[in-house]
Amino acid sequence: MTDTNTPEAPKKTTLTVTIDGTAIEANPGELLIAAAERTGTFIPRFCWHPRMTEVGMCRMCLVEVSGPRGMSLQPACMQKCGEGMVVETKSDVVKKAQDGVLEFLLVNHPLDCPVCDKGGECPLQDQTLTFGPGESRFVEEKRHFEKPISISELVLLDRERCILCDRCTRFSKEVAGDPLIHFINRGNTTEVNTFPEDPFSSYFSGNVVQICPVGALTASPYRFAARPWDLDQVESTCTSCAVGCQTVIQSSGDQITRFQGVDSDPVNWGWLCDKGRFGYEAVSTSARIGGPLMRNAAGELQPATWIDSLDAVATRLRTYQPNEIGVIGGARLTNEDQYAWVKLAKSVLRTDNVDAQLADGLPAEAWIGLPAGTIDDLANASLVINLGPDIKEELPVLFLRLRDAVTQKKRTPFVEFSPLSNSLTSIANASLHYRPGEVAVLVEAVLDAVGGKTAERQISGLEAAAINDFAAVVAKATSSGKGSGKVVVLLGRASLADSTDSVVEAAGRLMAQLPNVVFLPTMRRANLRGALDLGMSPGLLPGRVTQADGRAWFASHWPSVPSNVGLDTVGMLESAAAGGLKALVLLGADLLADFPDRGLVERALAKVDYVVAVDSITNETNSQAHVVLGACGFAEKNGTTTNLEGRITTVAAKVSAPGTSRPDWMIATMLASQLGADLGFENVESITDEIGRVAPAHRGITSASFGERANVDGILIPIPVVADAVADDGVEDGVEAPVDADSSDGTVETAAEPVGPAVPTLLSIRPSSVPAVVPTPDSYSLRLVVSRTLYDNGVHTQSSPSLAKLAPRAGIRLNPGEAERHGLRDGDRVKVLSQTADLITSVITDDRVPRGVAHFLHNQPGVSATVLMDQVAMQSEGITKVRLETVGS
Amino acid sequence: MARFSPASLERARELVDHYPRPKSATIPLCHLAQEQDGYLTDSAMEQIAELVGCTPAEVYGTASFYEMFKFHEVGKYLIGVCTNISCMLSGGEELLDHAAESLGIRAGSTTADGMFTLEEMECLAACTEAPCLQVNYRYHHKVSNGEFDQLVADLRAGKTNTPPHGTLGRVRQSIPADRRANHDRL
Amino acid sequence: MPAPLKMITTRWDQLDGHTLEGYERTGGYTALRKALTMEPDAVVEEVKAANLAGRGGAGFPCGTKWSFLPKDVFPRYLVVNGDESEPGTYKDRILLERDPHQLIEGVLIASWAIKAKQAFIYIRGEMPYAHERVAQALNDAYNAGYVGKNICGTDFSIDVMLHWGAGAYIVGEETALIESLEGNRGMPRLKPPFFPATQGLYMQPTVVNNVETLSNLPWIINNGASQFTSYGNEKNTGTRLFAVSGHVKNPGVFEVEFGTTTFRELFYDKQFCGGIRNDHRVKAFIPGGGSAPWFYEEDLDTPLDAGVVGSKGSMLGSGAIVVMDETTDMVKATWRLVKFFAKESCGKCSPCREGTNWLEKIYRRILEGHGRPQDIELLLDVADNISPGLTWPPKQTTICPLGPSAAAGALPGSVKRFRSEYEAYIAAARPLIPVNGH
Ligand SMILES: Cc1cc2nc3c(=O)[nH]c(=O)nc-3n(C[C@H](O)[C@H](O)[C@H](O)COP(=O)(O)O)c2cc1C
Ligand code: SF4
Ligand code: FES
Repeated sequence: MTDTNTPEAPKKTTLTVTIDGTAIEANPGELLIAAAERTGTFIPRFCWHPRMTEVGMCRMCLVEVSGPRGMSLQPACMQKCGEGMVVETKSDVVKKAQDGVLEFLLVNHPLDCPVCDKGGECPLQDQTLTFGPGESRFVEEKRHFEKPISISELVLLDRERCILCDRCTRFSKEVAGDPLIHFINRGNTTEVNTFPEDPFSSYFSGNVVQICPVGALTASPYRFAARPWDLDQVESTCTSCAVGCQTVIQSSGDQITRFQGVDSDPVNWGWLCDKGRFGYEAVSTSARIGGPLMRNAAGELQPATWIDSLDAVATRLRTYQPNEIGVIGGARLTNEDQYAWVKLAKSVLRTDNVDAQLADGLPAEAWIGLPAGTIDDLANASLVINLGPDIKEELPVLFLRLRDAVTQKKRTPFVEFSPLSNSLTSIANASLHYRPGEVAVLVEAVLDAVGGKTAERQISGLEAAAINDFAAVVAKATSSGKGSGKVVVLLGRASLADSTDSVVEAAGRLMAQLPNVVFLPTMRRANLRGALDLGMSPGLLPGRVTQADGRAWFASHWPSVPSNVGLDTVGMLESAAAGGLKALVLLGADLLADFPDRGLVERALAKVDYVVAVDSITNETNSQAHVVLGACGFAEKNGTTTNLEGRITTVAAKVSAPGTSRPDWMIATMLASQLGADLGFENVESITDEIGRVAPAHRGITSASFGERANVDGILIPIPVVADAVADDGVEDGVEAPVDADSSDGTVETAAEPVGPAVPTLLSIRPSSVPAVVPTPDSYSLRLVVSRTLYDNGVHTQSSPSLAKLAPRAGIRLNPGEAERHGLRDGDRVKVLSQTADLITSVITDDRVPRGVAHFLHNQPGVSATVLMDQVAMQSEGITKVRLETVGS
Repeated sequence: MARFSPASLERARELVDHYPRPKSATIPLCHLAQEQDGYLTDSAMEQIAELVGCTPAEVYGTASFYEMFKFHEVGKYLIGVCTNISCMLSGGEELLDHAAESLGIRAGSTTADGMFTLEEMECLAACTEAPCLQVNYRYHHKVSNGEFDQLVADLRAGKTNTPPHGTLGRVRQSIPADRRANHDRL
Repeated sequence: MPAPLKMITTRWDQLDGHTLEGYERTGGYTALRKALTMEPDAVVEEVKAANLAGRGGAGFPCGTKWSFLPKDVFPRYLVVNGDESEPGTYKDRILLERDPHQLIEGVLIASWAIKAKQAFIYIRGEMPYAHERVAQALNDAYNAGYVGKNICGTDFSIDVMLHWGAGAYIVGEETALIESLEGNRGMPRLKPPFFPATQGLYMQPTVVNNVETLSNLPWIINNGASQFTSYGNEKNTGTRLFAVSGHVKNPGVFEVEFGTTTFRELFYDKQFCGGIRNDHRVKAFIPGGGSAPWFYEEDLDTPLDAGVVGSKGSMLGSGAIVVMDETTDMVKATWRLVKFFAKESCGKCSPCREGTNWLEKIYRRILEGHGRPQDIELLLDVADNISPGLTWPPKQTTICPLGPSAAAGALPGSVKRFRSEYEAYIAAARPLIPVNGH
């Protein structure tokens, strides 16, 4: 071949391994057990789990492997594939060894399969039925332990069933970082247990139940609720937060019985947080609305018919000018629900007063057009910088992915800015805890130091050395050449009590001064990204385009397009309070609980003429509506959802909704029809297809796309456009298609558009680096920090009995030194005053809170720190200040 | 009791400093705690967890692997009689039986007065001196029944210099402060 | 008849041999000074040339082990295995108690040779006296400048840490020793990939050597490899310590020339054990620790040569020889060994954790008079599932050889050779469990 021009054969990058006589290709470093499974040979195993370090201790996966001294038994889970390796997985030697191991595992395992939760889906039972001996040769007495013990509020452990595979204990240490369960004792008396009186309270405890290969670990919410063989299941996406974990929903007799994680490689790796896993209890809460409600003569909400209620709503809405109507919420709906409501609001009601955020995120225009990163980008980054909240509290499984990248094999460098030390601090290579409202100042100082201008004095209360050390980590990581070269910034809202300007400025500075910066938004609500991408924000239209850019295009697809930019939630509430805005449509928005200025909500609700709430569970806000339209909840409707990366996956109906509840898109469609308009939707699929036709970022997606094999992990938008499709349209038409070079999966061919208005360009922004207000130091008052925690007083948690009890203690958290300065001790009652209101609560001392800060967890049972906040003051001063007063006992 | 005394705490910190990674000090610190309290208390394990930077469950997991750590009170003198092969061949089992009878307890239990705990031991590395036993891990070689009774009488009478259970080596290694491993911890 | 030869036991009868003064007076620390004048690699070569086999059990050549350390990967550690717990083994404890400086000098020479940053002497927990002696010796050696910063006035600095265990036989296995030293449960790591030489303590290159192995180094450096190899035979150089216990007249720990002396000489010669108790016959003997398959009368003329003993299906192991005379109950003796392994299993591998305990329960049932005829085959088959083929060295369904030792050590030979004793127990039994069971 030397005489031809053929280039040298590319170096072989795979290995050839012969398994049971058949040659397969394996990747260097690939484990034999994985390579075999990938190519169709299942090697039995108990301890091995593809997402955890292999330990090779159950010995079930023994196979014969060729080596320098001939064939020998080796655990396939520890054996890396080697070139030319010969493997026997079914020889007599292997069979005897595997049967022997199985018998050993059964020696002390109780024969209680008929009453075991795992019965029917137990690998040990399956192995035994398939290969095991008919009768036990073990006639001695089995090992005894006290029957199930509770190792946490949610998990029970039956040590007699345990086969000591180290999966749960490995998970707790390696994955969750909560090593609260451990092997105790030695040898034959080894057991898994907690330290006395120190339960396995982990946000991720339910995963150990899922990965236990026998019935030793069971979930108290699920135990005995159903037998696995009664279960019927469907794949879906968890919508408890914006990570978009893939799940299966299982039900029995039209009741949800269990959620299980599904291993989606770019997203959740099979993990779920306990809120996502056990939150299904909320689906069947007695607080479900179940259909339309209208006020009777006595002013009480009473069940009504859809015809009557929609007629009433339509009649009333017709009496208002478009800009007198506002639509708030919708971040938890499906993409199809959101699109239907946007289309109704913006093209039928003709109002642009639409906002999915409740002033608790970041302004849409400040982030949805930023260069976007994915979760995998985060894992492979050269540096990850946190500018947002504690993602363990808000986006738990994203925390697991970050923790894996930072603390396990990859060792991805990670630095964090935050107002308090939190879970991220414990894994970060460097942390700076800024004074509330001053993140931009600090980021500027760090960037200066990276650029060579080291800090020489204290900034935001931090020593120059700390800033310079932090900058050194940043400089080293960005110049090391390790990782993908990207800098991934986690962008979100660390405290609800600050203005957003400072963090927006900080993001802008990072983007301007560091190489290859991409952003991963860390806003918690499940489909917020979908909502904003579909135009649920003033000034935006579906497909990540601005009203200005998209007007012509949408005018050719919709009955009409708003002619001005509407109000955001703060604007709508202020206008309502001032008598401008007359009607509010709330899409699952519990303003009284969530909006960070409760006084403003109260004033707006008191003044506004008409409130329509579309919701599925009764809450404080929708109880005040004039009409409530009962909507289907999670697991009761089909559709798609978009996670924080922009990845669209499906959600599925598994059980029927209570009463006459309807999906939100159908309510929008019915209401439109009462208003005399036809949204053109027959079913969910017709909406998915329309989004794919008209929304520029979504172009080409159809309802059929999700069934395609290439899209098992969903479709990442914006869709990269195949060059040919663009060429077909002809450049002279001015057709520009959205291009995102970074997207690597979910490529969908864009259909040629008929000649007409040009497809609008996608919103693309550089965040402003306009200096935000720097709060003035003031030794008299404390700066308020309000952050979210996983379990709170939200209806979702509170409607799930298993989770409701996990909400932490309410109170004001103070640094012990700060408390002392005020003469306060842990547990004391104290009055907290802001410019607008005051409340009385108890003091919790916590050394993770810096001095000068008053910290509240958002929306905890008992106290609502939102009463202390004032949006106007927050904007002008950048922060919320509070004072403390002792109260006599 | 149970948390480290100031002196033990200082020694504990020093021990942590001796190792390149703090967790390596777990076993030495458990010994130190057991020396102070006679057994390993829950609060000691909690404090060790703080000192070596892990959870109490991890300390417990490590400690419970090892025979010498006791999680309940034991006698002032722990008498361990070896019955492994060499001692068995030379009367180790009979010595254990005698010990049980003369102390009035079964192996694995403690006398009512809290003076003695009797244990059956595995090979103690004194095989040529069988049968052998240890009192708080101090050796007694080629022990006859009569010698056993005399030993117990002496221990009761405080006539031996055997320190109470938990006391390990009474000579301690001291490493110059500037040579401690933590000086160049990663 | 071989003359008594002393290389590493020279100070055992010196009252002050354990003190720094006594040690220095008897030639101590001269080898260290000499080694420090040599290039580290030259020290490695010398030890290789001496063909010093590891004395911890596996018998792997010491110098070769050192040369497996990957080049240019630092820091490296030396870990001294002083966990001595193998049934019948009694030698390291004496070396620690009576000649601690000799070990320390060996540690320092080895540390210099492998360029270690720190050395750890891991001493079994149940040996506080050894611990005190080594602690004192280390304190004195630090003060005298043999350990610590710039030792003996050179650029070389090395710290030696005394660490003590807490009672777990398995910790003697080198990877378990490392886990234990890291503060964890002493559960072995799988080799490969976790060979200490590449991924040892804190996942850094690490050498684990036995106390006796390292105690040979001062002699080798002082006298040279060629002197060393002039003792013993080609593959078994120098001397070895053997603890002979059980039914002999004078049990004891003897230093003998390696590879040449026979078991018969050791048992019967006056300078050694002086014969079997009551002039009984030898029924069986353990040639190399509780793990090893047994030898019998016909093996008495086998030399104490690792290769020859290996070729006869057993091992010299840790130099622990236990003699059982004709009065011994072989079922019971086997049970006692199996019971040891069952109790000491770390619990990591299912076959070892469950299997050794199952074996022990069957034995106990037989001894307690509840044996069934099928129990004999059951013993062999359960054992075979822990160590397929019941050969020696054992094949493993496990990570380390502990479980397989219970299965393929004493058990198969005992069952086969003394089957009639098993049958006698079973014939006299009142079975508690239906005999027609499986
Ligand atoms: C179960 C088991 C127990 C062992 N116990 C000891 C021991 O107590 N002391 C020892 O030096 N080696 C012991 N070893 C051998 C060690 O793993 C290792 O081979 C030895 O310490 C290496 O030192 P050497 O090369 O100097 O002999 C044991 C091995 C096994 C498998
Ligand atoms: S064979 Fe036994 S002792 Fe060895 S690692 Fe496995 S379980 Fe532990
Ligand atoms: S799956 Fe390989 S040893 Fe458990």
